[in-house]
Amino acid sequence: MSIFSKFLELGNSRKSAKVARERLQIVVSYQRTEGGDADFLSKLRHELLSVICKYVKVDRDQVNVQLKRTGSCSVLELNITLPTGAELSIGEPDLKIL
Amino acid sequence: MAKSEAKIIVITSGKGGVGKTTTSAAIAAELAHRGHKTVVVDFDIGLRNLDLIMGCERRVIFDFVNVIQNDANLSQALIRDKREENLFVLPASQTRDKDALTQEGVERILNELKKDFEYIVCDSPAGIERGALMALYFADEAVVVTNPEVSSVRDSDRIIGVLNSKTKRAEQGQEMKKHLLITRYSQYRVQRGEMLSIKDVQEILAIPLLGVIPESTAVLNASNHGIPVTLGNASDAKCAYQDAVACLLGEEPASASQKGWKSKFLGGLRLFSRSPA
Repeated sequence: MSIFSKFLELGNSRKSAKVARERLQIVVSYQRTEGGDADFLSKLRHELLSVICKYVKVDRDQVNVQLKRTGSCSVLELNITLPTGAELSIGEPDLKIL
Repeated sequence: MAKSEAKIIVITSGKGGVGKTTTSAAIAAELAHRGHKTVVVDFDIGLRNLDLIMGCERRVIFDFVNVIQNDANLSQALIRDKREENLFVLPASQTRDKDALTQEGVERILNELKKDFEYIVCDSPAGIERGALMALYFADEAVVVTNPEVSSVRDSDRIIGVLNSKTKRAEQGQEMKKHLLITRYSQYRVQRGEMLSIKDVQEILAIPLLGVIPESTAVLNASNHGIPVTLGNASDAKCAYQDAVACLLGEEPASASQKGWKSKFLGGLRLFSRSPA
């Protein structure tokens, strides 16, 4: 197992420039959104989280908001992992929509 | 001789330690060497270092803030370089008062400098605070200094955003020329996949390439001696800066392949003398 992870590490370090490029592309596309409001995504994340928490008990870390830019098109990706047997908070009737 | 309109060039980056001051000194010295009357202005109030890189730290009497506050006039504060007669330095002050740089004061001094100089090179402090904003506000062109490393590229992207919105030119709806200068580049590490390539950085920042300065022992050597890289001994970095200045003057396109400076440098070594730029 440790040998395997060593190999994995080696592979990773070799491609570190590629990893850097991909991370930068994401970070930079955040910065350029909404007329340079670099904070826009964290605000969006915050508000989304508060809305979601109204209906479902989710862990803060389980809400992932990403903005990806490929060529001329940007994709806003919202990824929420619900806990197993998601406990729906306060009995709202229309929760099935979620 | 009728002097053409002076050009203000800001050397900026967002991130600290990427080589703004080294680049300011090298570009200003090369411009002067080519016969253009040039002044390099240190905007890093409180943390002046351009004087050290230029080797004139013992000749500083008055500084930028003294002139702004009318405690001295410009000619008293300007330091003439001892090697290049066309080269002058306006040192920053060591005051801790960050508000010393007022927009009106900076504008007045830049306008005064414009009368005497062809090029005004503004060495920006790191960050996006007052000093940095003042350094770029009146600029006609910007050189964005970037290391091929994630934090530097990200900060450069931020500063490009600032250049596009918070300059006088931007406010007047005028185009501002932005140039990318990649410093501390190692072809060897790029080939090993350990460093962002020129193409990677250029694609992310999407501004035209001015030049690529290789990681070089010559840079530290030059700063140790207080000699701008372009006035020092022949080196790969010196050639690369000379090429960048040629590109800045519109003489030749940037050589992204690095073949430019490499062949020149090696060619120069073989002949034991470099052909004049």
